Amino acid sequence: MIRIPDKKHTPLVLSVDGVTKSFDGFKAINDLNFYLSEGELRTVIGPNGAGKSTFMDLITARTKPDAGRIVYHKENGEDVDLTRVREHDVSQLGIGRKFQNPTVYRSHTVYDNLKLSLSGKRTLLSSLFYRESNSDREKIHEVLNTVRLSEFKDSLAGALSHGQKQWLEIGMLLAQDPKIMLVDEPAAGMSDEETDRTGELLLSLEGKHSLIVIEHDMEFVRQIARRVTVLHQGHVLKEGEFSFVKSDPEVIEVYLGRQTRNH
Amino acid sequence: MNIFDSKLEFRGFIGAVIVLILVIPLLNAFGSEGSLFHVSAFELSLWGKYITYAVLAMSLNILWGYTGLLCLCQSLFFALGAYAFGMYLMLHVGVDSVYNTSLPDFMDFQGYTELPFYWAPFESISFTVVAVFLIPGFVAFIFGYLAFSSRIKGVYFSILTQALTYALMLLFFKNNLELFGRSFILFGGNNGLTDFKEIMGADVNAASTQRWLFISSSLLMLGVYLLIAWLITTKFGKIQQAIRDSENRVRFSGYSTTSYKMLIFVGSAMIAGLAGALYVPQVGGINANEMTPAKSLDVVVWVALGGRGTKFGPILGAIVVSIIKSYTTRAYPDSWLIILGLIFVLVVLFMPNGLVGLPKQLKPWIDRIKNRGSKVVEATSPSAP
Repeated sequence: MIRIPDKKHTPLVLSVDGVTKSFDGFKAINDLNFYLSEGELRTVIGPNGAGKSTFMDLITARTKPDAGRIVYHKENGEDVDLTRVREHDVSQLGIGRKFQNPTVYRSHTVYDNLKLSLSGKRTLLSSLFYRESNSDREKIHEVLNTVRLSEFKDSLAGALSHGQKQWLEIGMLLAQDPKIMLVDEPAAGMSDEETDRTGELLLSLEGKHSLIVIEHDMEFVRQIARRVTVLHQGHVLKEGEFSFVKSDPEVIEVYLGRQTRNH
Repeated sequence: MNIFDSKLEFRGFIGAVIVLILVIPLLNAFGSEGSLFHVSAFELSLWGKYITYAVLAMSLNILWGYTGLLCLCQSLFFALGAYAFGMYLMLHVGVDSVYNTSLPDFMDFQGYTELPFYWAPFESISFTVVAVFLIPGFVAFIFGYLAFSSRIKGVYFSILTQALTYALMLLFFKNNLELFGRSFILFGGNNGLTDFKEIMGADVNAASTQRWLFISSSLLMLGVYLLIAWLITTKFGKIQQAIRDSENRVRFSGYSTTSYKMLIFVGSAMIAGLAGALYVPQVGGINANEMTPAKSLDVVVWVALGGRGTKFGPILGAIVVSIIKSYTTRAYPDSWLIILGLIFVLVVLFMPNGLVGLPKQLKPWIDRIKNRGSKVVEATSPSAP
C-alpha cells in the first residue's frame, strides 16, 4: 500500500523507517513508515490520539524514538540522522515547525518576529552585534507580502487576530527558509475566509518547500489535499490521493465516519 | 545607534550623572552643616545603600522583567558579592589588642592561628575585585546549567532558586563546616562580617572614603543602566523577550535557549554581586540574614512596584520601597511586613505596569475628566443668548 518513491526520480527529503515510540507502555507511534518527496505537500489526517503530534515531535527531535530511523536527506546528498540532532539545531538543518496554537512573540512587532526568525547565525555573540542588512530587510518584506501582513508590520504580534497570528507563524517559518515545513492544524480556530486564504498560502508554497500539514478539518483538507496519509493508532492506515483515501471503507470507519457521526 | 528612547530619557540620564557624581558628593564635602545644601554622612551612606539596592533590582529585572525568569535568590548573589568583599575588609582590620593577631576576631575565638587557605587570597584587593562577581557568577553558572539543561521553568525554577538561597543561608549561619572528618571555619556565623577598618589603606568610615563609595555605586548603577538600555536594542535583547513570550518558538527558530538563559542568569548574578560588594563597606557589615528567602522576595516587590520590564522602574521601586521601609520600621516597627505585603498585593491587582506605567494607565481617566469638562462648556454655550 505504501509507496516508497524511487530516490532517483523523485528525490526524497525525509524518510521515517519503522519508527516506534511508547510512553509508559502506550505505543503512540507503532512501526511507522513515512516518505516525503522534495517539494511535496502532504496532508496527514487521523483521529485524536492517532499519534500526529508525536510524529511531529519525532521529526523535530523533540522526542527520541525507541526504535527505527528518521533520516533527513540534504540537498548535497548527505543524510542526517534526526534522532541524533539537538532540538535547536533542527531548524538550522532546514526543518521548521508551526505549532498547533499560534506561538508568536506577543510583545514584539510583526517585523521583529520575522527578523528573529531569519536564517543566519544563532550564537550569543552574533545576536549581540547583529546589524540588519539590506538583504535581511528584503527577505522580511518578501515574507510579509507572502503572508499578507505588510500593513501590520509595525503592530505588536499580540494584537493580531487569531488567523493573522497563524499566518505570522507560517511567515516565521518561511523566514527560516526551511526545506521541510511541518504545519500543525493551521486552520484551527479560523473563519471560513481565513481558512480559504490559509489554503491558498500553503498551496503557493508547494514546490518551493516540502510541507507536512496536519489537519482535522476535512473541508480544509479537501482544499489543499494532494497526497494524504491517514494515521491510526500510531500507524499509517492508508496513503494516497485524497479522493482515493476518503472513499476507503477503513478510513471512513476510523475517522471520517466517526466524524460524521459526531456531527 | 541610539540606546535612549527619548530626549527626555537622555536628559534625565545626564542629569542623574551630574547629580550623583558631582552635586551630591560636593554638597557632602563642602556644604555647611545644618544648611539646606548639606548632605550629611548619614544621608550619603543611606543613599549609597539605596543605589546598591537599585542595582540589585535592575539585575533581577534583566532576569524577570526581560526574560521571564522569576529568580527568588537574587539577594543570594548580592550577599555572595558582599561576603567576598567583606572577607577582604575582614583581613584588613589590623592587629587587635586582645589576641595580638591580624586574624578576624571570630577566628581568634576559635583558636585559629593562621588563615585557612580559602580565606588567604582575599587579602589581595585585585583578587577580591574579581571574586565579587566571579563567585556569584560561578554559583549561577552551576545552578543555571543544572536547571536550564533539564528544562526547569516557571514556578519550578522559582522554587528551586528559593531553596538554593535557603540552603546557602543555613550554611552561612554556621560557624564551622564538618567535612571529611575535618572542621572548616566559615564566614563568621550569626554575626557575619563586621567592624571593618580599612579599605585599600584608607579608613572605611572616613568621609572621603564614603564619598568614593557613593560615587562608585552611582557609576555602577549608571553603567548597568546603559548596559541594559543597549542590550534591549540588540537582537540579543529581543531574543530575551521572545524567550519570555514563547520559549518553544525560540528554540524551534534555532536558538539554543539554554545558552541564552545561562548567559543572562550568570550576567545578572554578577551584577548583583558587584552591588553587594559596594553595599558592604557603606553599611558596615554583612551577615547571613541577607540570604533569607524574604530578602530576595523584597527585590521582587521592588521590581514589581517600579515596573518590571522597564529600564527605570526597578530603580524607582527599590528606592521608594526602601524609603517607606526606613520610615515605617522606625514609626511602626511591627507592621512593616504587613505594609510590604499590602504594597505587593495592590501592585499585582491594580498596577500591572508598576509606578512607571502609572501615567499611561491613568491617562484615559484623566482624558475622560478633561473631556467631561469641555463637554459641559459646549453644552451650555449654545443655549446662552
